[in-house]
Amino acid sequence: MKIHEYQAKELLLAYGIPIPRQKLAGTIEQAALAAQALGGQCVLKAQAHTGGRGKAGGVRLAESASRAAEIAGELLGKRLVTEQSGPAGYPIEKVLVTARERIESEYYLAVALNDALACPEIICSGEGGTEIEALARERPELIHHIIIPPESGYCEYHGYEAARPLGLSPERKRRLVSILRGMYRLFVEKDCSLVEINPLAAIREDTLAALDAKISFDDNALFLHPELEALRDPSQEDPNEARARETGISYITLDGSIGCLVNGAGLAMATMDMIRSLGARPANFLDVGGSATAEKVASAFTMLLSDPRVKVILVNIFGGITRCDVIAAGIAAAARHTELSIPLVVRLQGAHLAAGQRILSESGLPIIQAREFREAVEKAVTAAGGERL
Amino acid sequence: MSILIDKGTKILVQGITGRQGAFHTERMLEYGSRVVGGVTPGKSGSFVCGVPVFDTAREGIERVGADASVIFVPPAAAAEAIFEASEAGIRLCVCVTEGIPASRLARVKRYLSGKPMRLIGPNCPGIITPDACKIGILPGNICLKGHVGVVSRSGTLTYEAISQLTALGVGQSTAVGIGGDSMRGTSFTDALELFDQDPDTKAIVLIGEIGGSEEEQAAEWIKKHPRKPVAAFIGGACAPVGKRMGHAGAIISGGYGTARGKIAALRDAGAAIAETPDQIGAALLRALKRAGIYDECRA
Repeated sequence: MKIHEYQAKELLLAYGIPIPRQKLAGTIEQAALAAQALGGQCVLKAQAHTGGRGKAGGVRLAESASRAAEIAGELLGKRLVTEQSGPAGYPIEKVLVTARERIESEYYLAVALNDALACPEIICSGEGGTEIEALARERPELIHHIIIPPESGYCEYHGYEAARPLGLSPERKRRLVSILRGMYRLFVEKDCSLVEINPLAAIREDTLAALDAKISFDDNALFLHPELEALRDPSQEDPNEARARETGISYITLDGSIGCLVNGAGLAMATMDMIRSLGARPANFLDVGGSATAEKVASAFTMLLSDPRVKVILVNIFGGITRCDVIAAGIAAAARHTELSIPLVVRLQGAHLAAGQRILSESGLPIIQAREFREAVEKAVTAAGGERL
Repeated sequence: MSILIDKGTKILVQGITGRQGAFHTERMLEYGSRVVGGVTPGKSGSFVCGVPVFDTAREGIERVGADASVIFVPPAAAAEAIFEASEAGIRLCVCVTEGIPASRLARVKRYLSGKPMRLIGPNCPGIITPDACKIGILPGNICLKGHVGVVSRSGTLTYEAISQLTALGVGQSTAVGIGGDSMRGTSFTDALELFDQDPDTKAIVLIGEIGGSEEEQAAEWIKKHPRKPVAAFIGGACAPVGKRMGHAGAIISGGYGTARGKIAALRDAGAAIAETPDQIGAALLRALKRAGIYDECRA
């Protein structure tokens, strides 16, 4: 689960990590007041669950409260489209107004799980800022990793190891050690998948502050931290993705027109790949689960039907434990309840195949049946009107 | 021959009285797997499908003697079940459960290093040796006994691959789903090593997906051990960056873990690449013919 920058910074502050003074504004008036309280000069930052905000005009400097109000007016209520956001972007409902700091230098700092070693690690770099991903690709030697064995937990020496490549003053080193202690505690206590400060800035009076922060939580561990649910912002979620999450379906909106309904994540990904290889585009990734029930299939089906972008539905089910006849019954029921106004291509394979095919045939629905994987996708691409890349 | 399991494998089902546990116990018994007992705390003395239930794994092992276990307990208790299996002396533990918190999985993984128990999964369909034994939820009816080892991160895509092989008359020695989480008990490389050592496995199908770096590591391994031909498919070529594709491990972050990089590494290692998922069987046939073992791998 992702949260906003302002929420991440509030969490950091609660763990003893210094952040610039900040105020949240949901209206132009609030933004003006916030800017005034911060002395006029401030930074306005669009709160949206995406990276690349700066380059996309979502982070702006203001010299006065009235200018801050103008900028807030330009941001609030709009959608922020960045390099990372996808074409739809994310709605800007809140703007974070923060104090402007004179920055001496910027660093990158993160705590994440090292999957290979199965323990947390500190990731740091003397080259903080917006180009960190390019840096990781092109000059990986400038990104440093300090492993933290869970048996020892975070120790002071881990912090000093992290400080070594950053070239900090003795005072700032001490501050960094304390910041990392807070980040590690937060990471462990809240089951985060990432605690990132980028940039961590060297500012006035030999201090450090988190100018931007990103925190995400392990979805599988949310049941251990019910308090985190309050941090969820539904406005930042695609409505279909949110609906799917509630019904236990794994769904991601994509930009094509072929609606996919597949069981199993691997087969669902492979189905998207197959559509693309035939020159068309999937409208979504949808995994009803390896052992899907007829109910789940029906609710996924209804969801696809209600999506106006979807020009054809492609069902690709490998009945293993889930029987094809059960799936077929689910599809037939859902299609009967909702007006089936677009072509439906169904490929069933595996257990109780013949019974499943019979149910589909006898349903009287205009279902285009297919036996093979490629055949099914080809039929769906044709039915979608041969839409090409 | 096969890897990890055979006709003699005796299985304990952890979480046997749950809906999934009971259902799949029946399926495993139907297939001929020797399910000798089940574990559900507080249910000792009862039976599921004629199989005795015990309170703990240790009790089960002492009473009916099992060397393998399969876990169907809910995510909140699944990590504990893995620890329990190991402490009780289980040799092979298959964890089907999806959704174990990463922090707990990390503890499990560190604990297991240096322990004799092998963990398959979590979040996996299990393992099957055709006509001998299956542990987990793989459908047995699509399999054909033979000489090709299959290893995959996914469930249904594994079924797809197996059925393509079977349709081509190419049987399987063992198929193993290693799981969709970002941390796993058994890696691709572990499975490749096992298949390499198994005299009855003559070729290998590897089905990877976006995220992580295990496919790249597998490619390194294949390069150094070119004895048995490998065919490979990588799912998720058109997945967007930063979106988790159903599996916790299937996410491209910061430009790492892309399908393109994995495919390039595997191709460079000499694997026959299936460009599209319907070509997995065909890619394997190419690999078999190139190695001159096509005839001996046909049933």
